[in-house]
Amino acid sequence: MNSPSDSPSTSSVDPKLLEILVCPLTKGPLEYDRERNELISRQAKLAYPIRDGIPIMLPDEARALDD
Amino acid sequence: MDESIEIFDRRIVRRHRDRAADGFRDHDFLFREVGDRLLDRLDDVKRDFSSILELGCRTGGLSAALQSKYPRANLVSCDLSPAMAVHAQQESGTRPTLSADEEALPFAPGSFDLVFSVLDLHWVNDLPGCLLQLRQAMRPDGLFLAAVLGGDTLFELRSSLVQAETSLESGLSPRISPMTELRDLGGLLQRSGFALPVADADNLTVTYADPFRLMQDLRAMGESNAANHRRNSFSRRETLARAAEVYFEQFADAQGRVPATFQVFYMTAWSPHESQPSPLRPGAAANRLADALDSQEESTDDIVN
Repeated sequence: MNSPSDSPSTSSVDPKLLEILVCPLTKGPLEYDRERNELISRQAKLAYPIRDGIPIMLPDEARALDD
Repeated sequence: MDESIEIFDRRIVRRHRDRAADGFRDHDFLFREVGDRLLDRLDDVKRDFSSILELGCRTGGLSAALQSKYPRANLVSCDLSPAMAVHAQQESGTRPTLSADEEALPFAPGSFDLVFSVLDLHWVNDLPGCLLQLRQAMRPDGLFLAAVLGGDTLFELRSSLVQAETSLESGLSPRISPMTELRDLGGLLQRSGFALPVADADNLTVTYADPFRLMQDLRAMGESNAANHRRNSFSRRETLARAAEVYFEQFADAQGRVPATFQVFYMTAWSPHESQPSPLRPGAAANRLADALDSQEESTDDIVN
């Protein structure tokens, strides 16, 4: 499951899962930020964390993006 | 105060599950039993599902059973509690697992042809909204199969607590979650755009050595009360002791054990598809009823006269 660029401690998210995930608040698309291991919703300005390969799609747990 | 409309405090639901996650497998008998009954219903459906969501997967035991039933399917396990999801992920090794809120689901339209959910949706404030989101996440002609706890669940405990509280404290605290009525479920499914909805009920009775064991078990399942407006303070010790006495007096069986009833509602529905049977539009009939009955057609005027 780990792609070569990942650090050994962080497993990446399943690509089949990425295909079907959308932002829970806007139902808009998500961008996968490999480096930070987050799923980014530009519309909601939120970054959902991925912990141990498990996307945490809870708005309460998401990081607010300021741009 | 629009918050007062929310029956459940979702953060508390999540916290209860997070706390229960590590020991859940020792207390999951109710989920296994109801899960088996729901899996049995899949035997009646002659179809090979290819894309499955288990909503409210807890530590993933039922996901494993679903996967062995449909070995080629892509199965996604999902739970409100990240701690439960971690266990579910470890259980499977590779199965896609995520944490999401049933009230704000993160799935693209047409993602699943089977949604399977065991004892999860009774904690949702906005059930119609949740069902609508699930239906939208499904492909046409997909199956929704769910079990939730019904309104008679734990009536013995409720009644004992009410009697103890009214005798020892001033007024009642909403201590046990309010639940949906069976008669509402079919309509809810229909309003959420599902076709061919069916809802039925089943009671499971579990006996315990004493009511405190039951309360411990509920906590260990992550199923203790998360109703809003419950008292913030812990229940008074004497109230609980009194409730346990009442429970024994009124409900204990001949062996001195106390029964706890779990009422389970099962929901079956399909996301709409043109192949499904549906009523024709009024006036769309191609044949006359009178011909089918081999009789004469009379206008209503004639009968009234």
